[in-house]
Amino acid sequence: MADIQKKSSSLGDWVFLNVTRLFAMLTLLILLGILASLVYGALPSIQKFGPAFLWSSEWNPPMEDFGAKVHIYGTVATSLIALIIAVPVSFGIALFLTELSPLWLRRPLGIAIELLAGIPSIVYGMWGLLVFAPIFGQYIQPVLTATLGRIPLLGALFQGAPIGIGILSAGVILSIMIIPFIAAVMRDVFEVTPAILKESAYAVGATTWEVVWNVVLPYTKVGVIGGIMLGLGRALGETMAVTFVIGNSDQLDSASLYAAGNSIASALANEFTEAVTPMHTSALVELGLILFLITFTVLVFSKLLLLQLARGEGQRT
Amino acid sequence: MLTRFKSLALPLMAASLALTAAPAMAAEITGAGATFPAPIYGKWAEAYQKATGNKINYQSIGSGGGIKQINAKTVDFGASDMPLTPAELDKNGLMQFPAVIGGEVLVVNIAGVKPGEMRLTPTVLADIYLNKITKWNDKAIAALNPKLSLPDQLISVVRRADGSGTTFIFTNYLSKVSPEWKQKVGEGTAVQWPVGLGGKGNEGVAAFVQRIPGAIGYVEYAYSKQNNMTYTLLENAEGKYPMPDDKSFADAAANANWTKSAFYELLTNEPGQNAWPITGATFILMHKVQDKPAQAAEVLKFYAWSYEHGAKMAHDLDYVALPESLVKLIHTTWKTAIKDTSGKPVYSGK
Repeated sequence: MADIQKKSSSLGDWVFLNVTRLFAMLTLLILLGILASLVYGALPSIQKFGPAFLWSSEWNPPMEDFGAKVHIYGTVATSLIALIIAVPVSFGIALFLTELSPLWLRRPLGIAIELLAGIPSIVYGMWGLLVFAPIFGQYIQPVLTATLGRIPLLGALFQGAPIGIGILSAGVILSIMIIPFIAAVMRDVFEVTPAILKESAYAVGATTWEVVWNVVLPYTKVGVIGGIMLGLGRALGETMAVTFVIGNSDQLDSASLYAAGNSIASALANEFTEAVTPMHTSALVELGLILFLITFTVLVFSKLLLLQLARGEGQRT
Repeated sequence: MLTRFKSLALPLMAASLALTAAPAMAAEITGAGATFPAPIYGKWAEAYQKATGNKINYQSIGSGGGIKQINAKTVDFGASDMPLTPAELDKNGLMQFPAVIGGEVLVVNIAGVKPGEMRLTPTVLADIYLNKITKWNDKAIAALNPKLSLPDQLISVVRRADGSGTTFIFTNYLSKVSPEWKQKVGEGTAVQWPVGLGGKGNEGVAAFVQRIPGAIGYVEYAYSKQNNMTYTLLENAEGKYPMPDDKSFADAAANANWTKSAFYELLTNEPGQNAWPITGATFILMHKVQDKPAQAAEVLKFYAWSYEHGAKMAHDLDYVALPESLVKLIHTTWKTAIKDTSGKPVYSGK
């Protein structure tokens, strides 16, 4: 920016340049400020527990013994379940909307997806607790135990009392929440694929699936991965929907997904206003710092993935 | 155009000033804390506003939250089911007084079991919450309930996720009746539960128990009564099974000695033929030295009014209004304990 011709720019240009530069810098400064205040708040807890905080499954407020294992497991497990369900479904929705659906259906369906994205997360939480959890516990969980529960290693994930509340329920509700985001982004990037690329593929006899898998997806991979990361970011930080249905239990004694658990965001929502001792507050701030770092790691990972995929491409003209 | 704007502006400004100036006289006080007495505080606040026009804004965020907020001076009074020890009160410059007495019941969700049918003993209850008894048709429970047909169903234990005085009263009771509980878990507003789903507030526990088959949870009696939940009978210190209602709560409170320091009194597992085992008083916390004496006076006026006029409302929700002698003692304590920064007592009533 230093090589902008200063002598020909008026005062207005100079002001505009620096105000926008200030806004951009401000965003970075706020980010660094948040990180600094998290570290400062978490210092007492970091000094007391050290790295063992990450794998200790104790959460004992009266004895002031804290550990993040249950919360990290809950956050990562629910987000992973949400992704595993949401990515194929969103891909299917985007594929349907761009390639397969009749023209008159595209707009209403697209609007319906966007409306789903606008529903507040606490409404999802209430719906999850009042409507979804009983149905899930009564009809779906027993079926899963009877079918997937019989597979030798994987089956251990689907054992236990089907109460409808737990990590699996939270994961499914999270997936319903992030599907609109991922689907909307995927649909938008699928639509801007140049027609000439698709037409050329159709002309040499490719099927619809081959066109999508071999032409559209590679062209749009930046957007697709960006959309998935957007959904994942939302799932990692989601508080209210998760806290209603995850069960808020600080134990990690079974591998089953039916068990209740706790996520970082949910624990913060429940306990932060009432953490009376400074060590409890500091442990909660450290949980927030860990969530911040998890989200940051996911972002770095997605950038690296994109770089890796770009290496396989031909040179851009 | 400008003149028309100016001719409208002046009357509009005058009108808006008048509207903002008019209702400035009604006081508004804020409090936060326990969910245990939230139903009765809400009723009293509504009646008090009809009677005097003063507004009480109470947020039920849990006793832990109430203690934290009154220490931070963000509210005029804090509410906690857990009384603070005299040492803790002195450390933060607080004083406490009881507001109302209530009981906690265990509620269950078992097909075919009606309210007041199931019987539990303290040891069985502690074993359920220690995860030692895991099914409803366990021999220990069946022995107490020969007339009920208990299903072969896993017990889903529900407890509080947030810091709660209701939890404190419950864990205090379990610590008194089960040495294993006292040693393994202890008592407090938030403990390390051996098992259980966490609901947020009394409302959250009630919601979980109503929706999960085979669930058991502890809630304040008003929540159980208002939602028509299936409460159980619990054996008291004398081996009897009283019904949970304001008579059995009052019986438990009858033996309390309130003249001890700072009203620190726990009413769990009290002696008495008809005494309900899990009873507790709920307390109001205020600062001893008030920066805002007018607000403090309003809080005390509200509670004085509630002691005088609120007994029937408390009775309707099965809370126990405080006995006359205790109310007199509280009035005296207000005069000596709560002062403004110059040393003058804040409360000017009788």
